[in-house]
Amino acid sequence: MPPVLQTRKLSKKFGGFVACNAVSLKIQAGARHALIGPNGAGKTTLINLLSGFLEPSAGEVFLRGENVTRLAQHRRVKRGLVRTFQINQLFAEMSVLESVLLSTCERLGLGWRWWRPVASHVQAVSEATELLASLHLLDVAQEKVRNLPYGKQRLVEIALALASKPQILLLDEPAAGVPASESRELFERIARLPRDVTILLIEHDMDLVFRFAERITVMVGGALLAEDVPEVIANDRRVKEVYLGEAQDV
Amino acid sequence: MSRRFLLRAEYVFWLLPVLAYFVFGENLALLSQIAITALFVLSLDLILGYAGIISLGHAAFFGLGAYTAGLLAKYGWGDPLLGLAAGALVATAAGFASSFLVLRGSDLTRLMVTLGVSLMLFEAANKLTDFTGGVDGLQGVEMQPLLGMFSFDLYSKTAYWYSLAVLFLLFWLARRLVRSPFGLSLRGIKQNVTRMPALGTPVHRRLVAIYSIGAAYAGVAGALLTQTTQFVSLDVMAFSRSAELLLILVLGGSGSLYGALIGTVVFMAAHHFLADINPQYWQFWLGAALVLVVLFARDGIMGMLRRLAGAQ
Repeated sequence: MPPVLQTRKLSKKFGGFVACNAVSLKIQAGARHALIGPNGAGKTTLINLLSGFLEPSAGEVFLRGENVTRLAQHRRVKRGLVRTFQINQLFAEMSVLESVLLSTCERLGLGWRWWRPVASHVQAVSEATELLASLHLLDVAQEKVRNLPYGKQRLVEIALALASKPQILLLDEPAAGVPASESRELFERIARLPRDVTILLIEHDMDLVFRFAERITVMVGGALLAEDVPEVIANDRRVKEVYLGEAQDV
Repeated sequence: MSRRFLLRAEYVFWLLPVLAYFVFGENLALLSQIAITALFVLSLDLILGYAGIISLGHAAFFGLGAYTAGLLAKYGWGDPLLGLAAGALVATAAGFASSFLVLRGSDLTRLMVTLGVSLMLFEAANKLTDFTGGVDGLQGVEMQPLLGMFSFDLYSKTAYWYSLAVLFLLFWLARRLVRSPFGLSLRGIKQNVTRMPALGTPVHRRLVAIYSIGAAYAGVAGALLTQTTQFVSLDVMAFSRSAELLLILVLGGSGSLYGALIGTVVFMAAHHFLADINPQYWQFWLGAALVLVVLFARDGIMGMLRRLAGAQ
């Protein structure tokens, strides 16, 4: 089977700084794939390139074999490629329900409807409500997002992506800043996603990575260093050097 | 606040202009101007208050609507509704065409591009004297009776009901629009333009659409002013009109349709009374009010009303 998501020599330069250097990556359909590496390795840049948030300086991105390198971000979302952000990108003055409705309305192709009120679009509302229930957010559905504690806001960040019903989900440190007890719950929710949803995850917590991922790619200095199953990566000498080296610096 | 209370308050609100007809029967010309200005402010509220597109040149569309209706009437097509439709059409086309310039940059770029476009149109109208009458204004605007029945009278009775009806109809459409999924997506764009594409929203197209709609509303307002005064002065496109518009919206509370209406009434009434008391320096108090609103009540009169209602 061809990989569902693939890059070919993908590069991104910011001035003289090479954030992403000729990365060729393949993600298989249904994968639970983690992307790890020290800070500044270029992981978020890679997600930005995959999702179309940034345009690459060179190289190509393929979605189910189709070249999407120049495809606008929102069109990639329509094709099932959805991301979350490392730093929350939320709608502070909207209620939780309204925020999620933004996403479900768009998914159902209602974004241009201007006659009937949002609340009368029954399918959008029921989809949004179900999603909130599954994330235990129903009791704060009417709260403004800015009034929620950080952990809940982080859940809303994930909810917005899930509401698009992704086929490929790019998660950029979903548990960053979330208390340990809540991050476990968050990951259980992510792990419950149907098996045909492909997941690429950036995460610093190695416990979570090794519990969740079935394949791990290590990135250092903008380039890929290693890729394999978790057991091999855990014993890879080069990977150990990178992490130990960093630990010694600190 | 329950939904029903809002609806009841809305009925009361729209009864006020009907009452005003009987109470201020001598001032119908002024009341018509208030209704027209309210529609104009509403047009800016749609693009700025809901979609976050800042503009300092919105009078360009008002002026285009005004001249379109005026020229049509001058050359024999004096049917009011035809003039409104034509004014809306021309303004929409101009809004659509200029949206591609306006939506490019940051807020500062938008301010400058909208200002620049409106200055160019202003000077074009100033220069084309054969066509627009230049600084003397467009003379010879002859309106036919509204719906073939109601001619525009000296006491502005027709003008008032006509302006009010158009305002009400377009307000009602705007009210539907802002509560729809389309309206929700505009608020999303205003609050976090970075996130919206990641939800699958074609941000640029949505903004082009609302900018064109805002231009259409402004064009209708301009056409109304021409038809009810049977004259077009060059200042329909003046920078001061765009600036005043922004001021009224901030005063009333942007991002709220009723804020646009209430802001207009308060501003026009204050203008009327303050200018009576102190014709030379009335803008001093206007400036003071504006500074106070921006510093202490950022969401304007409507925000204060909401907080009062919430405190109870």
